[in-house]
Amino acid sequence: MQIIQIALFILISVASISLFLVQAKRIYDNIMLGRKEKIHDDPIWGIQQMLLIAFGQKKMFKITSAALLHLVIYVSFLITQIELIEVFVDGFTGGHRSVYHFFENHRWVFFQHLYYLSINMIEILSVLAFFATIAFLWRRNILKVPRLSMSELNGWPKLDANLILVFELALIIFIFSMNIGDRALQLKGTSAHYPVLNGGGFIVSGLIAPAFQNLPEGLLIGLERFGWWGHILLVLVFLNYIPNSKHLHLMLAFPNTYFSRKEPKGEMINMPGVMNEVKAMFDPSFTPPEVEGEVKFGAKDATDLSWKSLLDAYACTECGRCTAVCPANQTGKLLSPRLIMMRTRDRIEDIGKGIREHGPEFSDNKSLLGDYITKEEILACTTCNACVEECPVTISPLNIILELRRSLVMEASDAPAEWNTMFTNIENNQAPWQFSPSDRMKWADDL
Amino acid sequence: MSENKVPVMAHMLAEGKVPDILFWVGCAGSFDQRAQKVTVAFIKILNNLGINYAVLGTEEACTGDPARRAGNEFVFQMLAQQNIATLNGYGIRKIVTTCPHCFNIIKNEYPALGGKYEVVHHSQLLQSLIDEGRLKIKGGAFKGKKVTYHDSCYLGRANDVYEAPRDVIRALDADLVEMRSCGKRGMCCGAGGAQVFKEEERGKLRVNTKRTQQALEVDPDYLAVACPYCNMMLSDGVKEVENTKVKVIDLAELVAQANEL
Repeated sequence: MQIIQIALFILISVASISLFLVQAKRIYDNIMLGRKEKIHDDPIWGIQQMLLIAFGQKKMFKITSAALLHLVIYVSFLITQIELIEVFVDGFTGGHRSVYHFFENHRWVFFQHLYYLSINMIEILSVLAFFATIAFLWRRNILKVPRLSMSELNGWPKLDANLILVFELALIIFIFSMNIGDRALQLKGTSAHYPVLNGGGFIVSGLIAPAFQNLPEGLLIGLERFGWWGHILLVLVFLNYIPNSKHLHLMLAFPNTYFSRKEPKGEMINMPGVMNEVKAMFDPSFTPPEVEGEVKFGAKDATDLSWKSLLDAYACTECGRCTAVCPANQTGKLLSPRLIMMRTRDRIEDIGKGIREHGPEFSDNKSLLGDYITKEEILACTTCNACVEECPVTISPLNIILELRRSLVMEASDAPAEWNTMFTNIENNQAPWQFSPSDRMKWADDL
Repeated sequence: MSENKVPVMAHMLAEGKVPDILFWVGCAGSFDQRAQKVTVAFIKILNNLGINYAVLGTEEACTGDPARRAGNEFVFQMLAQQNIATLNGYGIRKIVTTCPHCFNIIKNEYPALGGKYEVVHHSQLLQSLIDEGRLKIKGGAFKGKKVTYHDSCYLGRANDVYEAPRDVIRALDADLVEMRSCGKRGMCCGAGGAQVFKEEERGKLRVNTKRTQQALEVDPDYLAVACPYCNMMLSDGVKEVENTKVKVIDLAELVAQANEL
């Protein structure tokens, strides 16, 4: 029985970790389909951003209630990873609480205390996380917080969000059934495989276990194994679910905040190609440097976007804080910054899939602009940066919108007529309105 | 009045004078009737304090901001490079402007094109003049008046200038009240990103209508702005609801009126 469990454990872990690596590679390849761009060359600053914003959750706290609930689940998730070390050791060796017994055998008392501290923290945080998860489900499905129940989330995004929360509840239940079963067996004292830990029971399960100790041993072993296997299997399933879910943010928030943009939010990315062309127009002695490859103005498709915008799309957890503060969205326009990110991710996934199936020349005659994001959406943006400011993981929907606009106006020449008039006025009169440049100082006449 | 003459860069150069700071008036400040009043108010403050400044006059051209934000990089590059040639030709080092869009683009986007200047918004200049004690505000006109400040996106989120405009209002002895959505969370007036140059897309209401409603919630006497486009949008919004109490007013006008300039 023991040996079957070990073999099964090794087989399942190796298979799921391999599958995860394949999926991670797929996402990496998709992101690298984007345009090359240097974001910054200041690793110290990047790490600071990552520690503050991703690890420290700084920007989450723009909404206190959601931030606290999220913090509980986040910290509990992080701390639970400690226990995973022992789960793997036990799984590979067929042992039971191997890490604790290792410390005990070596009389490393400090580490034995540390072990108890860790498990007790996991237990306390798991209880808190259980209620936080219930609160999240409630906010989403009963309270119907507007940004979490908008129709743009109908279908998979809504299901995805709820599935993750149910996963979390299940994970917590597994942890407790493992610890309670274990402790009850210790108290019963009849199974050699479950020797009493000399530190006593754990803080939460220790309170509940006595009520279970009179159950038959077989049932208790079943409860402990159910918890142990359930825990690790769910972790491995979750690992492979994440790359296909909005929940990828729990990994990609870190690189995404590291690659935050250092420039002020108001700064638009320069187009050196156009700059040099215009420079040559003014100064015939200036020869623009040769440009490699096809010259494109802005982004028509997801592959024309900077790789950072694609990383942004994968790091988005669809919380909708951006959409909630978007002035266009608040006044009933079609534009939703969250949807810009979701559609960008959909598009690059479709392109990546196409390339894997049909080779690098793959084309489906579709493009991000037009088939996934409409002209009406990108024209409604006031470039106010509210979405960028609000994002807890420093995503910029604005960069995507502006690149799409560049393509719309310069490649497709499809600007609204009023904008074309404005362009002409600027060119002819050096002002967006039809005034004569010689009247530029008329205001001073009244002085 | 002779004390309100406006020094033009070309004339100053001919007289061998060098200004300490260039006042970039901007297209709105030059041509829009409402914004012209702000330009005049700011000129009065500069003249009153004897600041050594100049304007480019007819040599000034659109910064290219609306073209760039609307996606037309060619028009932007043409205007920007033309302006940079003018500014560099005069050896300009420091620029002040009453328009956050001009402020943002000259400060952040001209350097990549070879135009490197110290750029301040007029709220920052006013604040530093107050701090230095050069600009003294006579209390009285706005004492006890309820003033709310609408953050311009291109000043606030775009460049993290939140306090300078508020400090100027506080210096007036006015009662500064904040809207529910202010500072980093301040809602846009609806003009930016070249929106002001076209009709809005389909929707339930206009952005400026919504923002005006938010401002009226705090029932202010004055709705202070620091941007000519916010000024246009919110003035329209206030007109739309036929509110005759609240006045949309620029920081420069507040200061000029307080000092009876």
